[in-house]
Amino acid sequence: MGLTISRAVQWSSDGDQLENSPLNNDILTEILLFTEGFEDRHPQEASIPFCEPLQWNTSLEAADFTSDIYNTRGESAVSLECDDKGRPLLQLSPPAITVHSFYHLSNLLKLSKDKKMKEVWACLEVNREPIKKIFGPISPTIHKGKLFSILHQLDEKLLSIAVRPITREGRLSPAAVNTEVDLLKRENRVLKSVHYTSDYVFSNGCRSPPWRQMEGEICSLIIETCDTEPTLFITCNTSGVFLNERINGEGVENSSMTKSEVYKDIVTLLKNQSPHFAAAADEQDFAIQDVPSAKKILHVETVDVEETGQTLKSYDHEEKNVPEKLAWNKPGSRNKKLEPSLKWKNLGLTSFYDEEEEKARRSRESKKSPGPASENKKKANFSGSSLPGCQSSQKTKSPGGADDFSESSSEDEEDEEKPERRAEIPTDLPSEYWQIQKLVKYLKGANQTATVIVLCTLRDFNLVQETCQLAIRDVGGLEVLINLLDTDDIRCNIGSLKILREISCNSLIRQTIADLGGLQTMVSILDTPVKELKCLAAETIANVAKFRRARRTVRQYGGIKRLVELLDCLPDSVSLSAEQERDADVARCGALALWSCSKSTRNKESIRQAGGIPLLARLLKSSQKNMLIPVVGTLQECASEKSYRIAIQTEGMIEDLVKNLSCDNQELQMHCASAIFKCAEDKHTRDLVRQYDGLKPLVMLLNKAENKQLLAATTGAIWKCSISLENVAKFQEYRALEILVGLLKDQPEEVLVNVVGALGECAQISENLATIRKSGGIQPLVKLLSGTNQALLVNVTKAVGACATDPENMPIIDRLDGVRLLWSLLKNPSPDVQASAAWAICPCIENAKDAGEMVRSFVGGLELIVNLLKSQNKDVLASVCAAIAKIAKDVENLAVISDHGVVPMLANLTNTVDDKLRRYLAEAIACCCMWGSNCVSFGEAGAVAPLVHYLHSKDPLVHQATARALFELSKDPNNCITMHENGVVKLLLIMIGSTDAILQEAAASCVANIRCLALANDKAKNGWFHMHMDTIVIQTL
Amino acid sequence: MQKMSAMNRKLIQNLAETLCKQVKHFDKRETECLIRLFSGLLGEQAERRAAHGLDRVRFRNILHNTFGMTDDMMMDSVFRAFDKDNDTYISVKEWVEGLSVFLRGALDEKIKFCFDVYNLHGDGYISREEMLQMLKDSLIRQPTEEDPDEGIKDIVEIALKKMDHDHDGKVSYSDFEKTVKDENLLLEAFGNCLPDAKVEITSNYFCM
Repeated sequence: MGLTISRAVQWSSDGDQLENSPLNNDILTEILLFTEGFEDRHPQEASIPFCEPLQWNTSLEAADFTSDIYNTRGESAVSLECDDKGRPLLQLSPPAITVHSFYHLSNLLKLSKDKKMKEVWACLEVNREPIKKIFGPISPTIHKGKLFSILHQLDEKLLSIAVRPITREGRLSPAAVNTEVDLLKRENRVLKSVHYTSDYVFSNGCRSPPWRQMEGEICSLIIETCDTEPTLFITCNTSGVFLNERINGEGVENSSMTKSEVYKDIVTLLKNQSPHFAAAADEQDFAIQDVPSAKKILHVETVDVEETGQTLKSYDHEEKNVPEKLAWNKPGSRNKKLEPSLKWKNLGLTSFYDEEEEKARRSRESKKSPGPASENKKKANFSGSSLPGCQSSQKTKSPGGADDFSESSSEDEEDEEKPERRAEIPTDLPSEYWQIQKLVKYLKGANQTATVIVLCTLRDFNLVQETCQLAIRDVGGLEVLINLLDTDDIRCNIGSLKILREISCNSLIRQTIADLGGLQTMVSILDTPVKELKCLAAETIANVAKFRRARRTVRQYGGIKRLVELLDCLPDSVSLSAEQERDADVARCGALALWSCSKSTRNKESIRQAGGIPLLARLLKSSQKNMLIPVVGTLQECASEKSYRIAIQTEGMIEDLVKNLSCDNQELQMHCASAIFKCAEDKHTRDLVRQYDGLKPLVMLLNKAENKQLLAATTGAIWKCSISLENVAKFQEYRALEILVGLLKDQPEEVLVNVVGALGECAQISENLATIRKSGGIQPLVKLLSGTNQALLVNVTKAVGACATDPENMPIIDRLDGVRLLWSLLKNPSPDVQASAAWAICPCIENAKDAGEMVRSFVGGLELIVNLLKSQNKDVLASVCAAIAKIAKDVENLAVISDHGVVPMLANLTNTVDDKLRRYLAEAIACCCMWGSNCVSFGEAGAVAPLVHYLHSKDPLVHQATARALFELSKDPNNCITMHENGVVKLLLIMIGSTDAILQEAAASCVANIRCLALANDKAKNGWFHMHMDTIVIQTL
Repeated sequence: MQKMSAMNRKLIQNLAETLCKQVKHFDKRETECLIRLFSGLLGEQAERRAAHGLDRVRFRNILHNTFGMTDDMMMDSVFRAFDKDNDTYISVKEWVEGLSVFLRGALDEKIKFCFDVYNLHGDGYISREEMLQMLKDSLIRQPTEEDPDEGIKDIVEIALKKMDHDHDGKVSYSDFEKTVKDENLLLEAFGNCLPDAKVEITSNYFCM
């Protein structure tokens, strides 16, 4: 009874009440019947007093004690019988009752009538170990021995009741074994003999002695097969069937002498042990193996319990018609199967069984890890073992059900523990990983105080190290840290942000923070009145907003406006109070965040709309470098927008930018130079830089050539500033060109682009051309022509072209094959490069010795340049026209380009309204008329009439070129007629009045040609034309 | 009655005059307010005890209602820290001096105050046991753990490791001071015993 009460009976979850379950009902009913009949069956033992009385709260009253062996007084009652110390053996003082012997227990139950069950229930609930109370802690004395054995029998009986649900679960049951053995006995052709070791059957169907039953043993078998030499000694256990090494009848105490593997049933074991049996079984299509054994056991069990007496019948059916049998039993059995499994999960006894077996079976496998896993393990075993037969029945050739059983259970275990185990595998993980994992675990369940301690400890790790950063992410730390930002506790917020700020320098962390919605929370934290928190949030935003999606998130959640608000402080009072200093720090962090955000165009606009520009301008007055860097950084980032460039100029920021060019911080200098670089496209800004004496510091910065970023920004600023001639003069004064020429070698491209650009701009002043030559700049420039960077090529061609205007430079360029390099750049896909190269070619042809010969030597060169007249780019067309004009000065080359169809192509372009193109086109036409019938061809191609209209242009340069072209064209009479028809004379007469001598001459010559034609015509015909012409000329003059 | 209160006012003014000279962070007007507040609180108290000053229960009420403190042990400790002469009552002087640190204290003063609060046994050291006592409810106990206190013990070890600069297994005042100066967050390392930052910002209301 002791064992059953403590183990088998189901207690409620809180552990102090008996659960109202069918099993408990069964057990308690058994105890009730036992106790009630005890006095009658064992009168002698019934009077033995208990060592300690059983005490409980009864529902009985004194009035219930009607028997004359009790004495009732008021509400209480005592038995007349007393023990040797004079205490009554039963004493009732409601609601407590004390009982000292079975005699009185029996009597009490008899008196209780319909409350019997209630009494037993109440008694056992408070007396968990009645055996101990009855016999005391010491072993029973001899005269109590009989009582002990009686109680032991009861215990066994109870146990069998408790065991019943377990066997229903699909483990081996005595009934199942019995059926199987019966079956095997009938199949005597395959087996020589099948015997039980014991013929005695206990009431629960087991044949093994009770102490072995405790281990789950059902019975032992001796089987002789046809082929295996020694007789097989088999033990059937609830967990399966296995071979015994030896068997000495009942004397074997050691149940763990298991030798072979455990199989799900006897047939499977035999198949594995005896090839003959296996063959025969397969051949005969052995009935057993076709029936999923679990179902079979199940249905046997149900029959056994519900329909005792029909067992045999069911097996008669089974042999003949298995499917029918299944159908016959199906409905009931299915339900039965599911029901008990619910309750025996909590069953103490099962875990007892389980652990025992488990230990035996797994002792060699591995030491079991105690702790939380064991709970899971049990569950896993249960689910794994619930239907082992079903799992293995499909694969009858497999090693056996028991294997499957253990396999499946261990698999389940693995599933349960997988995350843990998997995490254990990589042994190369640093110890920090595990420490961080532990700390993050604590964070999840800590209150504010412990959270702060853990956060501070987490900060002690080297958070710059990627392993730590990723460890925090991998163990789910980012989720916790971001969650902490949502709490009200400021210290937790601060601690969390301090970590996030550090680790967000890692791009993977940044993305995870953004993914987890951290930016939204941080943006809302910016509203806090706590300045330290504001700073941390802004700094972390600055780190996270390094990629586009994050920047967009900041804007969308109103972050830009809040960040701009942070900028509002007075940065430059002479002495700052502590509070003002904190404000300045907030502003600095705000600027840092804005700097990151300002890499998106829409954020730049948002900053401006939020009123950021004046605030930035005010902060620019600060003297703190850590403040200035993010402020200027933001400004130079935003200076890509015209609105900012204007604002930088009008808000007077140029002065501050120039001032900071002379500071001692290279990063700040770089940002200032970069801002000037971007802003100096504007002429007024360039002038301002000069007025604030910004050019000299820029030149000084050229000496810090080792800092390439700084150098790129500085040379950029110099380039843009040198667009103004006044600035070039200054640069000359500071001897900037010599330094720039020195920077033409071994520099990154972004520096070279700016240096070459600056040289190109400086070359506007002819003195500088000599300077470039003298300081050895031509050779590196020409060398750069063979590069590929288009921005660089545009600038280099321009610079080389500028150099070529100096007659002394040209031989050097020629010697270095510069013209050929330029010419080959006409093939560059970029129109900018094409145009720039063509422009550069012009002075080269003009200044080179034997230019015609040189040009002819470029194989396919002339065809190439003529074909560029098909370009869509106005600048390319203008530049090519200019080059053709130069080329056409050489008659031989003119002949070649005429052959390539230059005339109709030029004529095609004449309808343009672009003055620049008009000018060079007219020049080209003028030059091309010199050859053969080109002059006539232009007229035929319709080029004359549009040219006449060029004279309406406002550009005097167009007038000059056009007049020259018309003069050339007027050598053909038909062209003269066309010109006259288009009213050219009136226009040319105006041109003759120009101060430009070339224009005057060309216009007059053209008019003369027309006049000549008219005279000739007059002579021939005396026609109207002459008359008309004269009137016009006289009138105009 | 009128005369009494006039005399009272005179007394309070004189007291304020003296006290505000001894206390760093309150001017005379503020001190006067605090004294008036003190006598107001005393008035609610039973007459018999009034002579000594504020008792523990009343003081705890203030901590709870005004500063939102909830931890019983911390409130008792704060009371002890205020009660400099250990007579279980807070005198008007202790009140003004204590609040001066409590509300306006500079970091150094607060470090001293917090250390006094955490030094439960008053022996000048914060020991493992004291930490354990103060942190005992700071972690959700995992029911799966064999030893539910294991986490707490670990936290205590972590805290000790972080603070115990001289490696003597306990946190002395200089250990504590150094730790907090390195990381201000650890000022209230073992429990909330100061008004939180938000209250601090508006702490003036208390002295109006």
